[in-house]
This record gives sequence, C-alpha cells and structure tokens, in this order.
Amino acid sequence: MSAVTKDRLGGKSIVFGDDINTDVIIPGRYLVSIDPVELGAHAFEPLGPEVQAKLKESRVVVAGRNFGCGSAREQASTCLIGVGVTAVVARSYSRVFFRNAINTGLVAVECPAAVDAITEGDEVWVDYEAGTVTVGDRSFPFTPFPPVLREILEAGGLIEHLMKKFAKEKS
Amino acid sequence: MGRTFAVKALERASGETGLVPGQIVDAYPDLYMSHTATWRCIKTWERMGEPELFDKDRIAMVMDHISPAQTAKIAGDHRLSRGFRDKMGIKNFFDVNAGIAHVVLMENGLVKPGNLIIGTDSHSTIYGALGALGTGVGFSEITAAWVTGKLWMRVPESMKIVVKGPLPAGVYPKDVMLKLIGDISADGATYFSVEFHGDWVESLSTSERMTLCNLAMEAGAKNAVVPPDAETMRYLAEHGVDLDTVQPLASDPDAVFERAIELDATELEPQIAIPHNVDDVVGISGVAGTKVDQVFIGSCANAKYDDLAIAAKYLKGNRIAPGVRLVVTPASADIMAKAAADGIVTTLIESGALITNPGCGACAGSGGAMADGEVTLSTANRNFRGRMGSYESSIYLSSPAVAAASAVTGVITDPRHVVVPA
Repeated sequence: MSAVTKDRLGGKSIVFGDDINTDVIIPGRYLVSIDPVELGAHAFEPLGPEVQAKLKESRVVVAGRNFGCGSAREQASTCLIGVGVTAVVARSYSRVFFRNAINTGLVAVECPAAVDAITEGDEVWVDYEAGTVTVGDRSFPFTPFPPVLREILEAGGLIEHLMKKFAKEKS
Repeated sequence: MGRTFAVKALERASGETGLVPGQIVDAYPDLYMSHTATWRCIKTWERMGEPELFDKDRIAMVMDHISPAQTAKIAGDHRLSRGFRDKMGIKNFFDVNAGIAHVVLMENGLVKPGNLIIGTDSHSTIYGALGALGTGVGFSEITAAWVTGKLWMRVPESMKIVVKGPLPAGVYPKDVMLKLIGDISADGATYFSVEFHGDWVESLSTSERMTLCNLAMEAGAKNAVVPPDAETMRYLAEHGVDLDTVQPLASDPDAVFERAIELDATELEPQIAIPHNVDDVVGISGVAGTKVDQVFIGSCANAKYDDLAIAAKYLKGNRIAPGVRLVVTPASADIMAKAAADGIVTTLIESGALITNPGCGACAGSGGAMADGEVTLSTANRNFRGRMGSYESSIYLSSPAVAAASAVTGVITDPRHVVVPA
C-alpha cells in the first residue's frame, strides 16, 4: 500500500492552516540561492525550529485555503522539493504557487475533502493519474490534471520537459 | 454574448478564437520581464544548452530587487546579467540605477494596451493600469518563454469592481484597495481577471490606477485592468509611445462577469492592514496611536511621484518624531529626478527622511530591516511575517498620507487630523 510509483507519491503529512504565504515558506533573504537542498534548510523558518524539524520528516504538505499566496518566487516550491516533500494537498492555491509547483515538478492538488480528513502525521498518498488522495483506508477524488500539466510533471518540471522535447526534435 | 478583456487579450496572444473561461491555451506574450531573478533565468538557459532565443526584443530585464549589490555573490549575479545582455544584444536592460521594474517599463513605453506581459514578479498585474494583461510567473516560465515564446495559460473568469467616489479628503486609492482586500479576503479574486470600472476609476491618473492594479494581486487576481481611455493615451504619448501602434482592448458592454462588486468609498476612512496578512484590514480609528519605529514610503504600490508629493504635503515644515526612522525609496530614477527638481526631495530630507536609491528597497528586504519587536508602517503591498528583517517584527500597511502623518507623530495617525499648510 505504500509503494511510491511514477504517479503515486506520499508519506507522512504535516498540516498548515489558511493563507500560508511565500515569505513564510521561503523568506526573501534566501532567494540568492538556487539550490533546492540549501533552500530546503530554510523552508518555513519563520514558523520556528519545531515546525522545520517536523517538515523534514514529512513527505506531504497539507494546507487550507490560498496556499502559497504572495510572491511569484519559484523557490517556494523548490524549497519544499529540497526538503523532501513530494506533494501538496490543499483546499486551494494562489495562482502563481500552483504554476510554479507544476513547473518545478511538485505535485499540487486541490482536495478539500481530503484536507478535512487528514490529521497531522497521517500517511497521505496522492495518485495524480487516477486523481485520488488516499488517507488510511479512505480515498478522495480530485479533478485530474489536463494532459499538458501531466507531461510537465512527468518530465520533472517545465525546463526538463522542454529539454526532452528539444532532444526528441533533434534526433 | 460579449467578450471580456481577458478573453480578447488571450485570443490576440494565442491566435485562437472563440475562447471561453477555463480553457487552457498556448499564449505568446509581448514582453517577458525578469527582475533580480534574471540570473536564475540565465543559469537555467545555460543548463538547457543555450538554445536560440525566440525574440530577444521581447525580453526586458531590470535589476531592481537588490540594488546596488550588497555582496560579492549578488554583484556576480548582476555581472552575469550584464554579460548576457552584451552577448545576446538585449536592448531592454535597466541597471541598478533605474528603479522598480514595473514602473520603469511603463515609463519607457514598453507596456501598451492589449499587450500580454509576463514577469517574474507577482505584482505584474500592475500593467493593467495601461490596459495590458500583466501577470506574474516563475523564473522557469520566463526562461521557457525566452526560448519558445509561449506559455500555457488558463482563460480566466472576470470580476467587475465598481468604486463609487469621490473619496473624502485624506483618503486615497490605497485605502480603497485595502478596504476591498479586507472585504473579499486574500483569495477573493484568485484566478480572476479583475476589471475596475466607473466614474471614479476614470477620474484617476495612471499612477493611481497602478496602485489599484498592483494591489489586486493581494486578493489573488491573475491580472487586473482599467479600460484604456484618454488618460491612458495621454500617459503613453508622454512616455514616447507612437499612438498609431496602440490597439486598445476592453470588455464588450454585454460581457459576462462572474462576479461584480460595488464599493461605496464616499465615506471611507483611511485603512490599515495589520500584521501579518494583507486582508487583516481595519479602519484607522481601530489602530490609531500604535507606536511605530520605522515608516517606509516605497514599493511599486505607493512610491510614485504623486505618492511622494502627498507625503511631502504632510511633512513640509514638520520634523519626524524622535526615535522614528523614515525611509523613502522612490519607485524610479525618473520619479526621483522630478521630485528633486521641484523641491519634494528637499522637503523630505528637511523633515528627517532618509532617501535611498530607487528600487524595491525595504519591501524586498533590501535595507530597512527591523529588529525583534519593532514595528514598521509601510506603503508597500505586503505585511508578511519576516519580510523586513526579524520574524518577531511587525508591518502595518497604509497610504502615503497615513505614513507621512505617522512619521511626524511617531504613532499611527489619521492624516485628516493633521493640519497641513494650504
């Protein structure tokens, strides 16, 4: 039940509330870095070391409304990848965070019913091919991504997707 | 059925017809702006094997978020950007002396009605002040646009906001926007193309319209727009745009808006966003008297010429309160030059203000940091925890009038209670 596959990601969850903004996810002072692991070390720093320690053990970020509001900084999704997060399940996202998540290869799904059902520490699994979030023995559907977004995610992000496409065109 | 501005702009940018909200299209933006993130775009482009650029003349770069460089690392990032400019022949390059990207691009005639403009900054919604569809994206997307010329975009639903004016004396467009964001919340306009309509909006200058379109982002808007009119044409002509090249777009009279909001601002009091969310908004009477350590007049929301003039009106002949720091960061070099030429800069300095170079400054965390427990009253667009220094410091947001009045008293002050010389 806990195997990670191409389309199925997950693990232990960490739960946040509404309106978690990009300055909280990755403060502006760290944007001088481009390295996911280095950025990951500062993810959620304003919320303190306890939250950061919990984040390191988590694979799924669960959040309320408007996750990632604020800045267009792509590092808000990159830092989560750097710290080992494989998916975000939220009630809703800010527009730019959602784009950046897909474009950096971070699975981000909107599934309010799953958010209601999750208690911090639960194992949460996201299957974006099937369009389900699984919590224990309960499964919650979400609208599956259109093919263009799935292609980007499967390549590991927008740039990787383009590089693959260019390589194919050349060969 | 009539079409909205957003539908028309995306049809123009994608070459498709009959678009409806919810569709995803490949759109070709007219301009791709990158600010201090430019070096990351270049590194990404190098990683891709330095593919050919789709159209180098659609690339615009502005070194605004950290200017001048504070460390050798940042100096190196700037150097990388200049090297790319030289190597690739990028003509729209603005260095650390220019100011905030959004304002600089508009001042340089690079933003036209009906254009689709993407930028590595969420406040790219501001381009709607000139009737363009502006929206923020990440640096990977800008890099992708450099190479492919396009990006995927969802056709947004539209929201119509009508504000009833005139505003009382001492109340400004910033107050209207804070009130609106407080009312509809930080995600009240998520994914919407927000349109500002009505007599009051039509009466505003382009600079004031920038404040509206800039702050719409804080309610989650994908883009925000004021329909272009005679004022738009006046601004464009003043900034060197050949009006024959301009093809304005606006929603049809029978276009469908998914949501419509009316705000009566005729009796509005000055508004304050309290820490740490932009939608935690109260009337000034609720927080007047709160002690401030620093006042910041800056950012793409409120550091334009008229904002500095308003601040000077309240500061003229006054001194800032003992123990208060007033940091003024003009939005652009042109604005600073104009404010210097007509004495506004002198007034500000005589009141005790620290004038910094144009750019994002303290709003982007570059200078103006706070220690634990300190409070800044800022004219910027964000009050997020830790944005200006300590995670244990606080940011309140206000209009330039409230900011200037509060700098004089040292506590949050209603500008309507301050006597200004006629």
